[in-house]
Amino acid sequence: MTRARASHLSRRRLATAITVGLVVVIAALVVCPLIGAGPGGDLGLLDVGDLVRGASGEPTAAWRLYTFARLPRAVAACVVGAGLAAAGCALQSMLRNPLAEPYTLGISSGAALFAVLAIRLGADRVLGSGAIDSAAFIGAAAASFAVWQLGRVGRNLPPATLLLAGVTVAMFCAAASMLVLYTSDFAEVYRIVGWMMGGLDYTLWPALVESAVPIAVSLVALLWVARDLNALAAGADAAASVGVIAQRAMAIAFVASAIIVGASVSLAGAVGFVGLIVPHAARAVVGPDHRVMLPVSILAGGAFLVIADTLGRVALAPRELPVGIVTALMGGPFFLYVLYREKSRGRMWGAM
Amino acid sequence: MVADERAVLAASGLGFAYAETTILDGVTFDIAAGELCCIVGQSGAGKSTLLRIAGGLLSPGAGTVHTFGLDPATARRRQLARRLAYLPQDFSLAFPFTVTEVVLMGRYAHRGRGFLGLESSADRDAAQAAMARVDVLPLAHRRWTDISGGERRRALLAQAFCQHAELLLLDEPTAALDPAHALAVMTALSTGRDGGTAAVCVTHDLNLAARFADRVLVLAAGRQVAWGPPAEILAQPEVQHAFGVPLHMGTLPGSRLPFVVPAA
Repeated sequence: MTRARASHLSRRRLATAITVGLVVVIAALVVCPLIGAGPGGDLGLLDVGDLVRGASGEPTAAWRLYTFARLPRAVAACVVGAGLAAAGCALQSMLRNPLAEPYTLGISSGAALFAVLAIRLGADRVLGSGAIDSAAFIGAAAASFAVWQLGRVGRNLPPATLLLAGVTVAMFCAAASMLVLYTSDFAEVYRIVGWMMGGLDYTLWPALVESAVPIAVSLVALLWVARDLNALAAGADAAASVGVIAQRAMAIAFVASAIIVGASVSLAGAVGFVGLIVPHAARAVVGPDHRVMLPVSILAGGAFLVIADTLGRVALAPRELPVGIVTALMGGPFFLYVLYREKSRGRMWGAM
Repeated sequence: MVADERAVLAASGLGFAYAETTILDGVTFDIAAGELCCIVGQSGAGKSTLLRIAGGLLSPGAGTVHTFGLDPATARRRQLARRLAYLPQDFSLAFPFTVTEVVLMGRYAHRGRGFLGLESSADRDAAQAAMARVDVLPLAHRRWTDISGGERRRALLAQAFCQHAELLLLDEPTAALDPAHALAVMTALSTGRDGGTAAVCVTHDLNLAARFADRVLVLAAGRQVAWGPPAEILAQPEVQHAFGVPLHMGTLPGSRLPFVVPAA
């Protein structure tokens, strides 16, 4: 049985979906940093009274922990989650493949390889931390281009060759990263491994802003081509025949996705599955129209990663799990569930 | 060649080749406003390629093509889509959009409201009217995955209709349609002519071509075999040869409607 859905997008349905999404994101951003033991707190929560006193007068320990450690970390998780979910939406529509996302396509691995190279060559020491961001973006763009060229057959991108190309690029980049590690000395290995494992601990406001601005700009660009992405789900020719400048829309979506992945990888390491799970879930709830599905994915992706990072922070406290491990542990089973549900309905997205 | 002032589509000496294989060679014809034409010929004769070139999706290897005096391959897509609609032979969606959502994609060129480009009430009215013309209103809420091949075909025709174009390029519009709906679609195209809408249909259905087309273009291995009113050209020996089978043309007793059947 198919659940009833409105036949098309109305302004009211869009407003409702965005409002609900915003409420969830803001709630996650405010509440999640409170979770976890702090000075003078009970039951693994920060002392709210202490926090309020800190906000209104003399900074207290709880206030410092909240605003200088936990809040930037939550905002970073939100930005990365929103970006990766949006990149997943764009790649899935543009490549007409429901399994496309930065991680499965090897784009994250490409970004990670170039960032690792930048650290190994000491680029960040000479040029500042922006050098790693730039390297990650170049890596993401190079991997995107390589996957596109390897995967395409003529003008088409068949799902099988595309995923094969993605897996190939991902494995090559992972191996190359290992080679860089192998040839590094002890101190470099420590820095590189710490960075590769990702995670959002030690996120500070300046580094956050440096990555959040390019991600935000890319999100606006993706929303701008949301209606084009709808038409591109029917292929470039079908999109062109209703008036979409298909090459321009695809270029915008590809560059925006590469910028998002580069900035996300430099902020949080390679975080997988967000770009896969969130768009699927959003599509199941609000339908495939990108003008509502993309904003909902952005908000849901942000909230999802804030919650995932909080879980990673408290599940094995005082030890912390990198957020990428948490998303993979949550995402794997969820993905199998989606796959199973679609299979039992007798249809698969993408095969129609 | 100076194109006819009234021509909405004019092709001259059109050629196209993939590597060593010639797909089209020296095709010359023009379509006037409000004219209904059919392109017929065996599979692989170059019919779809011709339509794709006319729609600006492919650049010709030789010769020229003009739609409304513009080169469709370099014209601005949005500007072109307001005057020209193209129905592809194959259409597949990556995600389960509803029928209405697919039809509304045809309104892209008319620009939406706001940053996200939501459809206006005029867009929704156009979609409703187009869906009514090809009898898909009852399917409005259905998902693309849940309807049949013939229903998808009609929904795509509604998408093309709601573009409000003056020229429709339709690649097998009646394929997978039952006889009643195929007849309804051709009748809708025929009545559209009164409003000045021209249509070019690639089809294998010679009966519909003989009955509805003002002129028929017959292609064989990329070459133009005949171009003219169906009653005049379908009986020609070279046309019979192009189909690889003798054709018998007749008229139905009473209604005098033409029919074409293989006579072998």
